[in-house]
Amino acid sequence: MKALSNAACIVGVDESDEIGTLPHKSQLSLHLEAVTNAVRDAGLRMADVDGIFTAGQHSPALLGEALGITPRYVDGTSVGGCSFIIMVEHAVAALHHGLCDVAVISHGESGRSGVGVSPRRDLSLSGQYEAPFGFGGAPTYFGMITTRHMHEYGTTLEQWAQVAVSTRAWACLNPKAARREPITGADVLASRPVCYPFNVLNICLVTDAGGAVVLTRADRAQDCARPPVYVRGMGEATEHVMLTQMKRLTFSEATRISGARAFAMAGVTHEDIDHVMLYDAFTSGPPIMLESLGLARPGEGVHFFEEGRSTPGGSLPINTNGGGLSYTHSGMYGIFPIIEATRQLRGECGARQVPDVRLSLVNGMGGMLSAAGTLVLSNDR
Amino acid sequence: MDLERPLPHPITPEARPYWEGLREHRLMLPRCLDCGRAFFYPRIACPYCHSRQIVWTQASGRGRLHAFEIAYQPMGRAFTVKPPYVLAMIELEEGPRMMSNLINVEPDPRAIRCDMPVEVVFERLTDEITLPLFQPARPAGGGR
Repeated sequence: MKALSNAACIVGVDESDEIGTLPHKSQLSLHLEAVTNAVRDAGLRMADVDGIFTAGQHSPALLGEALGITPRYVDGTSVGGCSFIIMVEHAVAALHHGLCDVAVISHGESGRSGVGVSPRRDLSLSGQYEAPFGFGGAPTYFGMITTRHMHEYGTTLEQWAQVAVSTRAWACLNPKAARREPITGADVLASRPVCYPFNVLNICLVTDAGGAVVLTRADRAQDCARPPVYVRGMGEATEHVMLTQMKRLTFSEATRISGARAFAMAGVTHEDIDHVMLYDAFTSGPPIMLESLGLARPGEGVHFFEEGRSTPGGSLPINTNGGGLSYTHSGMYGIFPIIEATRQLRGECGARQVPDVRLSLVNGMGGMLSAAGTLVLSNDR
Repeated sequence: MDLERPLPHPITPEARPYWEGLREHRLMLPRCLDCGRAFFYPRIACPYCHSRQIVWTQASGRGRLHAFEIAYQPMGRAFTVKPPYVLAMIELEEGPRMMSNLINVEPDPRAIRCDMPVEVVFERLTDEITLPLFQPARPAGGGR
């Protein structure tokens, strides 16, 4: 396991040419824009790419074909939005063992406009045990985790609202963010009720977007166009798919396992982390992730947001791109926290740049805290 | 006939005893003969001890509201029950959790509490399909 620490680097990242509401672009086009942009960012040529990693509706084989390359390593692991974070681990292992030399992880999703999207998915369990009761869409599941947390720990709607406020404050500093007007806790509480305990400002955006990440072995990374970002630690796990099967609604076992392995591999502690990216599909997500990762005690993750630690100028900046709540959320958001962490570690973030970042923690969920991937990224070894 | 709810679909072979039980107003759960634990959803192996010795037993129909949500707008496809309605995760007395709706209650977060006692109500949709819904437990009807 230790052998994989710092074995490979992120050398290229980018979004699709534009992100937001894009009814003129297919899902496949979002992939191709993101991949070509990220490969260019790395200073590599498409012909250098020999490993393709992607989740969602398009297979890695289709992506290889559409890009006009013949990958010798493919991975289509699909365990929800964190799949791309987990694929960093898979890519590092494949690079380390020489199964490929340049790995591209790609995401493209026409989540808002539905252009070039197929509706087919397996419904045998949710179709029998959930759909007849009106479940459908992520808010009807994640709200369960949230009301249980409120019951067990006394967390309040006012506290969750501060996650949206903090994240929006970062979005105001990101020119690519979809929502850039400052908001207050009162705005969140007064926004349109969707599904208790969530008002519309507690829920992520729904956008069209692509994103891609390029990795290569550490020795080769020195020749790329940008400063390398080392994958120092990584971990993954899955616990459940159906929410009724989650052992404890208020604590993600998958998150805990993935985080513990990432920290152990990186050889760092929670106190060493300078910057955090968490998958914020809902305001209650990041606090519960902090608790499951062990950065906060159970019930206290939301204190990071209430006390201003997570916000611009705070002691532990969280979701500095503006998050799924205010920057972009195409459906499977997990590629974007990796892109932002890489940019922060390269010092490219302009008004939202966190000073002196050395170690960034990326954690994402798949489904409803069902799967998890954690990365510890660094700009030195 | 216009249904307000999507029918369970596709019904899988391992779940037939569950759906047949509901038709007769019995909430049936798979239970492992080796470790004795009941579980849900139906499957052919025990999720606790991985035994393949599974039998069906009738649940009491009593449980607690483990967690809930109140939908203020239509959330599920082909689900046309008028909002607001209460989405519920029930923890049955026998241990397993299942999704359902909490009915016969004010759809107001001040009227609903996690861990409140609930009991099953059988809601017939068609000749073939009856769903297990839940309501606040009647104080006199509980018996224990």
